Amino acid sequence: MTALHAAELRRDEAREKWMLFGLAAPAAALVVAVIIVPVGWLFWLSLFNDAGELSADNYARMLASKSYTRIFTTTFKVSLLTTALCVLLGYPLAYFLAQLPRRWAALGMMAVLLPFWTSLLVRTYAWLVVLQRKGLINQWGMELGLWDAPLRLAHNLNGTLIGMAHIMLPFLVLPLYAAMKAIDADYIRAAANLGAAPASAFRHVFFPLSLPGLFAGVTIVFVLCLGFFVTPAVLGGGKVIMVSMKIETLVDLFFNFGTASALGVVLLALTLLVLFAAHKLLRLDKVLGGGA
Amino acid sequence: MKIKYAPPAAAALRAALFASFGAVFFAAGAGANEVTVASWGGSYQEAQSKALFKPVEKALGITIHEETYKGIGQVRTKVAANAVSWDIISTGSGGGARGCVEKILEPLDFDIIDVTSFVPDTYLPCCVGSDVFATVMAWNTETYGDKGPQSWADFWDVKKFPGTRSIRGKMHGMLEPALMADGVPPGRVYEVLDSRRGIQRALDKIRELKPHVAVWWGSGAQHAQLMKDGEVDMTTGWNGRFDVAIKDGAKTAYTYNQGLQDYDCFGIPKGAPNKDLAMRVISAMSRAKFQVNLPKYITYGPTNSDVYKTGKISPAVARKLPSHPDNARKLLPVSQEWYAKWEKIASEMYQDMITE
Repeated sequence: MTALHAAELRRDEAREKWMLFGLAAPAAALVVAVIIVPVGWLFWLSLFNDAGELSADNYARMLASKSYTRIFTTTFKVSLLTTALCVLLGYPLAYFLAQLPRRWAALGMMAVLLPFWTSLLVRTYAWLVVLQRKGLINQWGMELGLWDAPLRLAHNLNGTLIGMAHIMLPFLVLPLYAAMKAIDADYIRAAANLGAAPASAFRHVFFPLSLPGLFAGVTIVFVLCLGFFVTPAVLGGGKVIMVSMKIETLVDLFFNFGTASALGVVLLALTLLVLFAAHKLLRLDKVLGGGA
Repeated sequence: MKIKYAPPAAAALRAALFASFGAVFFAAGAGANEVTVASWGGSYQEAQSKALFKPVEKALGITIHEETYKGIGQVRTKVAANAVSWDIISTGSGGGARGCVEKILEPLDFDIIDVTSFVPDTYLPCCVGSDVFATVMAWNTETYGDKGPQSWADFWDVKKFPGTRSIRGKMHGMLEPALMADGVPPGRVYEVLDSRRGIQRALDKIRELKPHVAVWWGSGAQHAQLMKDGEVDMTTGWNGRFDVAIKDGAKTAYTYNQGLQDYDCFGIPKGAPNKDLAMRVISAMSRAKFQVNLPKYITYGPTNSDVYKTGKISPAVARKLPSHPDNARKLLPVSQEWYAKWEKIASEMYQDMITE
C-alpha cells in the first residue's frame, strides 16, 4: 500500500517536473535565441579588426584612446549620480507610501507608475520644455526674482540627471516599497516598548530591514542606467556621451561593428562585474530570491 | 530574512512589466502599387510630402508610405542585414556619393529619369538631386537684432557677439566654416583641408569655440527647434529649416555669407522591394512640374532648371532660394571629392575632438 503510494507520488513528481520544464522551454528557447546567440555573435564580431583579421585591435583601441576612457567614465558617473538621486528621492517616498493606509498607498503607487504609461521619449522631451533656457522653470524662477540669469538645466549633465532620475525612480520605489511593506510593524512596536525613540527605532530596526529592497532597487537602477541612450542623447546636448551613444555613432557613421561590439562586450562585462560585486557584498540572492 | 511581496506592490510590478512591453511596432508591408520613402523628418519632410509625395502619389495612382530616418548609415545597416524596407531614400549629396561608392544604392536608370535640364553637378549615378540647400549661420534676433554675424569669424567671436552657440555633432559642413573663421579664403578651404594637418587646424579652431557650444545638434529639426525656443543665440544649420521656423514665429535671421551650397538627392537602396516603381516615382519627382512646388513650403531651390521656365516661382520666392544668383555667389559649393577622400578620417578626428 505505502510502496504503491510512493511510486504514485514519484510518478506525479516526475510528471510535474516535465510539465514545468515544458512550460519553461519556450522562454528558455527565447532567451537562447534573442540573448545568448546575439551576445555570442557580438563577442565574435569584436575580435575582428577593420581588415577582417582576427585581432584584439578593438580592445587595444579602447585602452589607447583617451576618448573611450572618457566615455566609460561618463557612463559610470551618470549612472552613479542617477542612482544616488533616485535613492535620495525614492527612499522617503517609499517610506511615506508604506505608512499610508492600503487604499491611499495604492493611489500613491498609481502616481508613481503613471509616468510608466507615457512614452519615454515624450517624457524626455517634456523635460526639455521644462528645463531649457526659456523653459518653465527658468521663466518662473526669473519672474519671481529667484535668480537673474537663466540656469543651465538642459543640454548638459544637469538635464541628463534630472531626466534619468525621473525615469528610473519607479524601478527603485517598487522593490523598496515591497520590502518596507513586508516589515512586521510589531518589530517597531517592540523597539518602542524597549525604550527606543522613533528615530532610533527607525535607524536600528526599520532601516536595516528595508536594506534588501533598497539594494535590489539600487542594482536595477544602476544597471539600467549603464545602457541608457535616449535621455542623455536628448537632454545631454551632445556633450554627455555614454557608451550606448558611442556604439550608435560607430555603427551609423563608421559602420564599425567590430569596435561597437567590443564596446558592448566591455560594457556587458563591467555590468556583470557590478552585479557580481553587488551579489557578494549585498547578498542580493536573498533579496531577489526572498519573495519565493 | 523572508520578504513577502504585498499585493499592491505585486500588482504594481506586474503593471510595470506590462508598461515596458508597451512599444510594439507593426511595419506596413508595401505591396505592388506602393513604395516607401524615408526622409529626414521635420519641416523638410513635410514640405517634400506636400510638394512631391502627395502630388506624385495622385498622378501615378499609387500609395507612397513615408518614414523618417537618420541618413545613409541606416541604409548601410539595412543592406548589410538584407532587410531593406525602403524603396526610396532622401539623403544629402555626401550620403548619396558614399552610397554609390559602397554600392548600397542602386544605379539609376537615366532613360527613365530625365536629367537633361538639371543644374550641373546636382546628380550622381545613383542619387538624383531633389533640391539645392545651403548650410548657413543663423542668429537669435532678440539677442543681436539685425546686427548678427556676417562671417564665420563673427560666429567664432564671442567677445563681439557674446552668447551661446550650437554647432553640428558631426563633421559634415563644420570644418569649412572653422577654416574660414581662421582666415582661410573660401576658395582655398578644400585645398587647406586636403591633409591631416589642415583638418587638425580646423579642429583646433572648433576647440576654441567648444566652451561656448551649448548644444551639438543632431538633426535639422533640432537646430530649428533650438532657435524657436531661444535655447541658443547662434547656430549653424540648413537655410530652409530656419525660414520655416521664422514663419512659425522664431525670432531668427540668417545670412548666406560664407555658407556652403549643397544638394539633397533621391536614391534607391540596394535590394529595395519595389525598385521599378521607385524609379518611376523618382522620375516623376524630378520633373519641373512637381519640383516647382517645393519652394512654396521650404526655401530650397530646384535642381531641374526647367522649373524657372514655368514662371510659377515668384521673384520674391526666387530671391530667397540658395540657388538664386545673388545668393549663390556668396556660397561655397561643397566638394564631393574632398568628402569621398577624407570623410572617414575627418569624422573620426571630429568625434574624438567632441569627447576628449
